[in-house]
Amino acid sequence: MHSPLRNFLPRNNFSELLTALSDGGYRCLAPKVCDGAIVYKELPSQDTLSTGISIHQAPGSYRVEITDSARNFGWSNGPQGLKPLVFKSRETLWSVRRDTNGQMTFTESAAEPDPVAIIGVRSCDLAALALQDKHFLNNHNRDSHYQTRRASLFLVAVNCTHPSDTCFCASTGDGPTAQDGFDLLLDELDDGFVIRAGTEAGEKILETLPVDPVAPEQAEAISRQNQRARECQTRRLPSRNLEQALFENLEHPRWRTVAQRCLSCANCTSVCPTCFCYSEQDTGTLDFTRSEHVREWDSCFTQGHSYIHGLTIRADTKLRYRQWLTHKLGSWHSQYGRSGCVGCGRCISWCPVGIDITEEVTAIVSAET
Amino acid sequence: MNTSAHCPAEAQIIAREQDSRTIVSLTVRLTDPAYANEFEFQPGQFNMLYLYGVGEIPISISSDPASSDTLTHTIRAVGRVSHGLARLEVGDRIGLRGPFGRGWPLQDARAKSVIVITGGLGCAPVVPVIDYVINRRSEYGRLIIMQGVKHSDDLIWRERYEAWGKHPDTQVLLAADMGGKQWNGVVGPVTELFDQAHLPTENSVAFLCGPEPMIRACVKRLTEEGLAPDRIWISMERNMQCALGQCGHCQYGDKFICKDGPVFSYAGIRHLFGVKGF
Amino acid sequence: MSATKAKVAVHKFSSCDGCQLAFLNMGEDLLALFDQVDIIHFAEAGPLNREASVDISFVEGSLSTPEDIHRIKKIREKSRYVTTIGACATAGGLQALRNVAQQDDWIQSVYATPQYISSLDQVMPIHEQIAVDFELRGCPVNTRQITAVLRSLLNGVTPVNEQDKVCMECKRQHEVCAMVARGLPCMGPVTRAGCGALCPGVGRDCYGCYGSAENANTASLGGRFHLLRLNQNQVRHRFVSFNGADPVFASAGSMGTGKND
Repeated sequence: MHSPLRNFLPRNNFSELLTALSDGGYRCLAPKVCDGAIVYKELPSQDTLSTGISIHQAPGSYRVEITDSARNFGWSNGPQGLKPLVFKSRETLWSVRRDTNGQMTFTESAAEPDPVAIIGVRSCDLAALALQDKHFLNNHNRDSHYQTRRASLFLVAVNCTHPSDTCFCASTGDGPTAQDGFDLLLDELDDGFVIRAGTEAGEKILETLPVDPVAPEQAEAISRQNQRARECQTRRLPSRNLEQALFENLEHPRWRTVAQRCLSCANCTSVCPTCFCYSEQDTGTLDFTRSEHVREWDSCFTQGHSYIHGLTIRADTKLRYRQWLTHKLGSWHSQYGRSGCVGCGRCISWCPVGIDITEEVTAIVSAET
Repeated sequence: MNTSAHCPAEAQIIAREQDSRTIVSLTVRLTDPAYANEFEFQPGQFNMLYLYGVGEIPISISSDPASSDTLTHTIRAVGRVSHGLARLEVGDRIGLRGPFGRGWPLQDARAKSVIVITGGLGCAPVVPVIDYVINRRSEYGRLIIMQGVKHSDDLIWRERYEAWGKHPDTQVLLAADMGGKQWNGVVGPVTELFDQAHLPTENSVAFLCGPEPMIRACVKRLTEEGLAPDRIWISMERNMQCALGQCGHCQYGDKFICKDGPVFSYAGIRHLFGVKGF
Repeated sequence: MSATKAKVAVHKFSSCDGCQLAFLNMGEDLLALFDQVDIIHFAEAGPLNREASVDISFVEGSLSTPEDIHRIKKIREKSRYVTTIGACATAGGLQALRNVAQQDDWIQSVYATPQYISSLDQVMPIHEQIAVDFELRGCPVNTRQITAVLRSLLNGVTPVNEQDKVCMECKRQHEVCAMVARGLPCMGPVTRAGCGALCPGVGRDCYGCYGSAENANTASLGGRFHLLRLNQNQVRHRFVSFNGADPVFASAGSMGTGKND
């Protein structure tokens, strides 16, 4: 089926990849269990990756189990994808000084290039990054803060072999295996990794690694585990474009019932790897000589999101949840050519009351009622 | 000079007009002469005005695009920033970035009759349209200006309306929900003016700006009179913070008001227009 | 800013004084503050002139005695702008817990000479007796909040009413959700932001000391707490503690957990 690749990296040679990245000028961020969840943390040189992490996700619940597996990537995902690395949760856009005559001097702040390699990126998060690229780096405006950080990323993706119960990337077409958007892509086996490059930068790193040929059994094992990862997913989104169906159902009774459960706490939008809303505000010194203009993550679940001069367009949760869902799964198609959901399931797990987007949307667009 | 999309440039207030108790027009000039010189805008576009240490708000430009070295913004003091801006004096400095958004389709309106319907402070974004048409009076058909206010005391720019009404083929009609003493306009909603206007529905366009309930009522009348939805243009307003189509606050179905609007054809937004929550 | 400095007073009612520390903890900013304003009355810091007319009064503490009511009305008369600070002033504070108990029994059992105790039947937040221009919530409020209010007022604009949920701040700091990952009964989803997600930042669940956020769904959260194996009484205690007179929390506390029970 596949021609034999000379790209098998035995597990005990994995540190060579980390060394190569480090020699290439990258800081390495790797998955680590912290406060009960997987987060990307800086991996000190000489340190090794965590092994045996297993993640159990359910609506409103996330639990870590440490097993004796030798694998490094036998888990689904953590509370955040790549969003915090490119779209900072809080950052200064510009600052202004005012002198005693009231004269103002504005200074734009800039993001510092910080070459960083992320180890263990999921295909859902690569898809989400591509969507954020479309939003922040479009022809109308290119966000320089985002652009600088985006250009600093080196992405080492790993095909997902252990989706959680909350995952549905197979139905959105964004996983569990990555198609593009990575610099390097790994398939993890018990004794090592099959590795391939997706970019020139990835190729350069790959050339330096001591790799062996891939045995046919290894290729078959990979194919089997990828298929299993696809087939084990039980949740799914209707795969068609839901824009019309959602906007035809703006008065569906389900919006009211989901609003009874929804806390409008914005956990879903905060963990969503494609949500991009931010608010802007001024903060400054008491002597009034300087002020900073800051942006921070906002959410369509807040009152301030829809406030205009004395009027709140979306005062209640029903309207807020509807705004979120009709955009994410509906008008996103018109704006960005596809749905805004990549099937990572984070909004299901990290919703404190376990609201399931796949269940809600299915109820709303299905023919009954 | 500062050309960044996020970062304002300094502007100084060179004239201040107290239009009513709560409405102020500030005319500003960018303090960088080179930037002031190259600044251009289309009628219907807006700027983000920055009050030092407080924040930014979107305000449409109500002056003549032909003399864009100075820019007039008409502001009603309703929120944190607008209250602060309305208190500024000549000589004070603000931040300004813009212009943003898509304005009125004046090229498409050429050789047609122009119906301008505004409510409250909604007249401000359309003033440059009226001036534009009046300055090129022979290139357009009839010009009908209808303005409604809650109370007749809220009506600003009476002299302007009078002056506009004196131009050939130009009709000015005013309505107030509540009329005070010396009010000789119509008492009632702005839709009451339709019967007097004898609207030309053939070869005409309508430009609307104001509170949404008023616009909804007017759109209904206009379509009943036979004006096609793609001939009706509406200036929309939502929370706007970045003005670049990125912060997400002005999301309106498949549009961002700040970048795809604020002026839309009714045909483009009719599926959501008037739906609660959008 | 006007050429003359704004006059500021800081008043105290029934409270622990902790909110006043938000001024004293300003550090170097205190010097900047003294350049901007004249502190006319601030007993904890020194200046005493409680009868003076001022531009801004900050009021800490709740109303517990008949004398308090008289004094707060005087303060209102003498102040152009009144800002209440902290859970006591805005929502009764811990001492408002006595509103749900038999006061006489307590007085008899606690005090050796109960006849000297003169207190109101109900502990009240300040806004129940006078018009308050701005309420700053927190237990205690912090220096960042106080500085933001002062900056706004000295700039001549209304302060920002921070009313989003603690979850927003928590997620911006990339804390891992204590409720989802560890099953703790966190109050973050109904509690007003402003603290900077202090407790989740040290691995604890939020206990709601900033009072209710806007659009707080206490019924749904209370239902969730039951699923986390809290009993009815424990759920009540989550809602009624520091902000006993916060109407949203008080009603969640008195009604149990709402319709999902």
